[in-house]
Amino acid sequence: MGVIDLDAFAHEVGVDDPVAVAGLCTRGGGPAGVRTVAAPSGILWVQPDEMIVCCGAGTPVDELVDALAEHGQTVALPAGGTVGGALSVGHSDHRRLGYGPVRDVLLQARYVSATGDVVKAGGPTVKNVSGFDLCRLLVGARGTLGFLGEVILRTRPLPPSSQWMSAPATDPDTVFTRLHRPVSVLWNGTTVWALLEGHPFDVAEQADAAGLAACAGPPPLPQGSRRSVPPAAVVDQRGEFVTEVGVGIVHHAEPWSAPPRSARVLELTRAVKAEFDPTGRLNPGIDV
Amino acid sequence: MTEALAAELRLALSPDRVRTNSTELGLYRRDASNIEGSASVVCFPLTVAEVQAAVLAAARHGVPFVARGAGTGLAGGATPLDGALVIATTKMQRVLSVDAVHRMAWVEPGLLNLDLTREVTALGLHFAPDPSSQQSCSIGGNVANNSGGPHCLADGVTASHVLGVEVVLSDGSVVQLGGEEPEVEGLDLRGAFVGSEGMFGIATKVLVRLTQNAPTVRTMLMDFASVEAGAQTVSAIIAAGMVPAALEMMDQLCVQAVEEYIHAGLPVHAAAVLLVEVAGLPHGLEADVARIVEIGPAHGAGTVRIAQDEAERALLWKGRKTAFGAIARIKPNYYLHDTVVPRRMLPEVLRQVYAIADRYQLLVMNVFHAGDGNLHPLLVFDKREPGVMERVHAAGEAIVRASVAAGGVLSGEHGIGLEKRDFMPLMFEPADLAAQAAMRRAFDPSGLANPFKVLPSPAACGDAQHVPPGAWV
Repeated sequence: MGVIDLDAFAHEVGVDDPVAVAGLCTRGGGPAGVRTVAAPSGILWVQPDEMIVCCGAGTPVDELVDALAEHGQTVALPAGGTVGGALSVGHSDHRRLGYGPVRDVLLQARYVSATGDVVKAGGPTVKNVSGFDLCRLLVGARGTLGFLGEVILRTRPLPPSSQWMSAPATDPDTVFTRLHRPVSVLWNGTTVWALLEGHPFDVAEQADAAGLAACAGPPPLPQGSRRSVPPAAVVDQRGEFVTEVGVGIVHHAEPWSAPPRSARVLELTRAVKAEFDPTGRLNPGIDV
Repeated sequence: MTEALAAELRLALSPDRVRTNSTELGLYRRDASNIEGSASVVCFPLTVAEVQAAVLAAARHGVPFVARGAGTGLAGGATPLDGALVIATTKMQRVLSVDAVHRMAWVEPGLLNLDLTREVTALGLHFAPDPSSQQSCSIGGNVANNSGGPHCLADGVTASHVLGVEVVLSDGSVVQLGGEEPEVEGLDLRGAFVGSEGMFGIATKVLVRLTQNAPTVRTMLMDFASVEAGAQTVSAIIAAGMVPAALEMMDQLCVQAVEEYIHAGLPVHAAAVLLVEVAGLPHGLEADVARIVEIGPAHGAGTVRIAQDEAERALLWKGRKTAFGAIARIKPNYYLHDTVVPRRMLPEVLRQVYAIADRYQLLVMNVFHAGDGNLHPLLVFDKREPGVMERVHAAGEAIVRASVAAGGVLSGEHGIGLEKRDFMPLMFEPADLAAQAAMRRAFDPSGLANPFKVLPSPAACGDAQHVPPGAWV
């Protein structure tokens, strides 16, 4: 199966000075004013019958999605930017309800540590409890614990059919609870949209049962803030918003500051950072 | 020291929930593995405050502590070493709240896996991870081991079904990791905690994700003239773009044992049988069934039996889930292994498993999660036979090595514990293990939470000083 040679990347990351990693900078890029490196790019192999793919973290997500489509598969990463960027930021897209979160996609990572070593986390199989789950710690860590070099990702089959539906709704739960495992349910206070996938007859019957009619696509998502709230709280939103029903993500037109995390969670976070990067040289200034 | 610790615990909990007599301590010497240690005290907290008190008492006395659920673990993860304090969560088993609309529930760690599903059945929901021990294993244990089960092929393992967890850390502080908010900025400490085998702290509340029951389910049984043909069928089904709810395989010896036990009309002359379950909406399900009944015979399936009703479906599953009980009829003891290999390597690794059993003159049966490539070779033996244990250990090690060499991993769902701790270097380099040790230190700088498990001693890999004799039994 082979591996991507990460020696050159590790050499670039080095061992002592502050260094940042950046991909296509679609998610904001790395911190400014710091020497910046880029992870290797390219798909090493696709194994459709194992439902896994191996690529460099610098591979564009769209390139990966196109390559997998040739095998009738896809990957639950948000479109745009690089694979490493999508994993490091860790934000799922609007299909999280059906496809699961980004953090469930990464099976194995080989990354460059703060000491310039190549470290492996996880393993190449979907089922694996060999040791602690370092992969889940790396997803969403924004490159502060190590720079992703090569990743093995879980893929999923493309559905036989896929259709956005919509209906006026003042309470999204009436639609949500009538659907069986929808891929996405969005709501803006007055209209509900659902992405249904599967056998076309099932999609049609589900839509009928929930009173939905086919539509062109999802609404544009407001860009002011992306809020994480308990799913039960999505109905309490005010202003201009689109919520992910059943998930608890709110795309809002207004900026937002998240409620503070508990002191003990912050202490644990700092303890993890201190273990993995005691001098704070990786993506300095980024505070997770 | 033990007496002082016990006295402190009796005050903090209550005298009847702190045990120190040797007979009772003996019951907590090991989990469902046969790896024995020794506990100094066993206590049964009822609340998070009592768990905190127990952890603080252990810390004050410098005694390690081991969280224990139902004790069904198979890798020695809950085996107390060096006179540890066992903190049993078995009396914390309430369902605290259920949100039926958004499909989540807060539960206590001692709640049994199947009791959770029973609790929410009327709502049309279930808890997806379903280990074969689901009647007796606890949610806290599932979290500690990131447990799997036959239906994890389509729905994922425990980590995908735990949204949040309240934890008592080794310094006695209580912290909530994750929660109802799906993607709070910051490290996924919840994800790191799941599967940490009691070495990061003790879960005192768990927020689980509940899964909608499928409107339609179809269960099929195929028989094959060779194990390879069955394994190739599994790969072909996945390659055709289907992810069945479950893909389970049993080899001939196993089928024969099960049939004698439950009389389900299983094909006892076949080399292997494959249980395929598809679930979902009716049209998609029928389309999948139609393709599967073509793929099977095209890859050598003899007959395809489709369960005609719920009773027949339950009977077929009973065959799968009672396999371990049935095996007791052949020989009194068995050693159950748990490795994962790439699906396409299943035929080759199974061939090696049979050869290894032959080499060590042992009987082997295979009953496994074929869809996940998750092998469960069962070495069946009678431990009264002189010298048999050495052969069982040697064969086990050979199976683990063969699985890793085939591109697989050490454990799919049982965990590392003590059983596979010293095999970790087969899969990980020193730098990889150092990173895992760093995670542990961040969560438990004291090192008192279930020490000596999972990570081989850095001083000497393979150093087994803390593993009591017979640890490989």
